[in-house]
Amino acid sequence: MPERQRSGRRRSAARGGFHPLRSLRTWGLRHAQAALSSLGRLARAPAPSLLTIAVIGIALALPAALHLLVRNAAHLGQGWEGATQVSLFLERNVTDDAARTLARALARRSDVASARAISREQALAQFRRQSGFSQALDVLNENPLPAVIVIHPASTSAAAVEHLVRQLRPIPEIDRVQMDRQWLRRYFAIVHLVERGVTVLSVLLGIAVIIVVGNTIRLDIQNRRQEIEVQKLIGATDAFIRRPFLYTGLWYGALGGIAACALLGIGLLALRGPASQLAVLYHSQSLMPGLDPGTAGSVIAGGALLAWGGSFLAVGRHLRRIEPA
Amino acid sequence: MSATGGTPKTRSSEAMIRFDSVSKRYPGGLEALSEVTFEIPRGTMAFVTGHSGAGKSTLLRLIALLERTTRGQVLVAGQNLRRIGRRRVPYHRRNVGLIFQDHRLLYDRPVFDNVALPLVITGLDGPELGRRVRAALDQVGLLSRERAYPVALSSGEQQRVGIARAIVGKPPLLLADEPTGNLDPDLSREIMALFERFNRVGTTVLVASHDLELIRGTGYPRMVLDQGRLVQGLDHAGEPAGA
Repeated sequence: MPERQRSGRRRSAARGGFHPLRSLRTWGLRHAQAALSSLGRLARAPAPSLLTIAVIGIALALPAALHLLVRNAAHLGQGWEGATQVSLFLERNVTDDAARTLARALARRSDVASARAISREQALAQFRRQSGFSQALDVLNENPLPAVIVIHPASTSAAAVEHLVRQLRPIPEIDRVQMDRQWLRRYFAIVHLVERGVTVLSVLLGIAVIIVVGNTIRLDIQNRRQEIEVQKLIGATDAFIRRPFLYTGLWYGALGGIAACALLGIGLLALRGPASQLAVLYHSQSLMPGLDPGTAGSVIAGGALLAWGGSFLAVGRHLRRIEPA
Repeated sequence: MSATGGTPKTRSSEAMIRFDSVSKRYPGGLEALSEVTFEIPRGTMAFVTGHSGAGKSTLLRLIALLERTTRGQVLVAGQNLRRIGRRRVPYHRRNVGLIFQDHRLLYDRPVFDNVALPLVITGLDGPELGRRVRAALDQVGLLSRERAYPVALSSGEQQRVGIARAIVGKPPLLLADEPTGNLDPDLSREIMALFERFNRVGTTVLVASHDLELIRGTGYPRMVLDQGRLVQGLDHAGEPAGA
């Protein structure tokens, strides 16, 4: 800021010579003073300060929680992606022996990691066990199920699996090729959609933080109108008058971010029990996202930045209007 | 047409304040000052008098750049105020000590902090700050009240706090707008004696007041405003003291 430099130089010149280090020290000291006195001012009016901080905390916690959830969902999907398998449903007239021979032939391919044949009887037994339709099956005279070969591709990349499927389709013994990838794609598409929704929500709530802080600072400026007038009368620069308000905004945001992390922590703790039960049911490692230091840090830093922006806008709009009468 | 009170050799470069055909019209059409021309030499103590609404406050406000002229120009210490942009106004005001009838103190902080404010905004801190604030409080006789809050002080004491705040930065120019407006004659004389003391060490002092009793007999030059016009240029106020 040119004003600050000018005045710094003038003062230093009066003391004999321009000392960049001393200017820097003075500058730092002034900022530290402004930061501390702003914090002190918040502490002297705890009720309204806490209210503002709580509002910011909630506004930040909501998108952060959704973000954690979506990230966890995507992570879960990636775990499944490795387990891509292709099911080859064989023609009904193919014998179990022929199926086993075909499976062995397929297993020798370089792009197939493993191939396992499931005979019609095995398939029926499995279906009976898992579907609960055993009585309905007893009504049927013959086994309605075809033999199946389950393949695990060597590469799980979408292009490689696609290529393999295209090569398997013309084999005469094969009736239908079913990729277990389809639903995974849909899953990822949904996750992506939700992700976009969370982004939109985050932007809206970020704007809410800016507005809340901007309005709080606007009221603060009105309450301290007399002080601002006196400061202008005795020759305080705009930068000097602005500084405590900007630091107030910064504190609101940072403390709101900490409040958001606390809310997230409490929320995650409350979800931990049910989530681990669910994880057991799905044989999954862990469904619970943790509040990692990176996320916590970005919530706090993001909150501080947004709130600083809100106070910057408010100060820019309202400070200029106050002129000593 | 010389409104200059000093000796003929007074040149504009030596003038602390110079008004050249200054007019000020407020939005709404009221012309607070019309074609005012005068010069106040450095180191002078002078009065500007007139009825309320004559334009005294406007005149002081133009000097402190609380207002801008509509026509004409104002020079302070040779600097044309028209050339001072918005961002440089604060640095101009640091060279002008302002004293108001209503003191304009900050009531949420003690006397010391009020007086320290002009130094704090320049970035001064540490022992030098305390030394200079106490020196200013000593000059107005309030050294023992530095921890008091303004509400605990009498009106005369509050005015002295305002004066200490105006002089703590050692500005070459002091402007006082009705500084004795709320004070009884004894206290008023005390305040005037303070101004005289600052003037003796070289500070230029311009006091706006309608209190003719106070000015009469002081022997300081005064000018008279009437409905925005200068009806009497800077000359010596009545008979010298004691005559």
